[in-house]
Amino acid sequence: MRSADRPLSPHLQIYRWQLTSVLSILHRAAGVALTAGAILLVWWLVAAASGPEAYDGVADFLGSWFGILLLFGWTLSLFYHLCNGIRHLVWDTGHGLDLRSTYVGGWLVVGGTGVLTLIAWIAGISSWAS
Amino acid sequence: MTAMRMRSPLGRAVGLGSAKEGVEHWWLQRITAVALVPLSLWFVIAIIRLVGADVDSVRDWVGNPLPAILLVLLLIATFYHASLGLQVVIEDYVHAELAKLGLVIIVRLACFALAVAGIFAVLGMAMGMSS
Repeated sequence: MRSADRPLSPHLQIYRWQLTSVLSILHRAAGVALTAGAILLVWWLVAAASGPEAYDGVADFLGSWFGILLLFGWTLSLFYHLCNGIRHLVWDTGHGLDLRSTYVGGWLVVGGTGVLTLIAWIAGISSWAS
Repeated sequence: MTAMRMRSPLGRAVGLGSAKEGVEHWWLQRITAVALVPLSLWFVIAIIRLVGADVDSVRDWVGNPLPAILLVLLLIATFYHASLGLQVVIEDYVHAELAKLGLVIIVRLACFALAVAGIFAVLGMAMGMSS
């Protein structure tokens, strides 16, 4: 068998997903998504520095359904990458590396991401309404 | 020097091996990560207060020293962290040597350019140079 024909690991059709591996790949995905968010931040800053027309263009885009979807994805990615990043920093100190702690920490990250995203959007919508 | 004696004469002569810089990438990713914990939390709170703001309110806000300084720090830490992270993603998934090298260079340069553009916009607004 040529090396290109060999099954790759993990063999995704028969792979049993676990919380730990899902959170691991999501950390990467969120990191890449956050780079897109950072480009959005630069676009917003440059537009604000450029003038009212440029700024209104960005504000209109961010206020559209697609813009709001992007902002929601950005918030979710940010809080996930932040919470799971702290989990990684704890691992770097050599703590929490046993199986039980990785699951407890993993669920804490999932819960923390949900709660922080919810708080941020409730605060954002009430700030917008006032 | 046991490790040296384990190497073949050719290996010793060519002298290839660790560049002794491997830890630098890992370490800087951690330092920027630690910086981004408070910076990103501050940023989210600041942005929530600016929802629906017009250009003048944004400029007034960036005109204060603290938000301007924190925004510059956020941009530096974010794009440094992003360039290190994206480099690892590229090195893991892109196996063609030329494409890998090209992408790593493009990502590095793009992150640097984006950080400079963001910082320039912040400083312009902070110093009242905007049109």
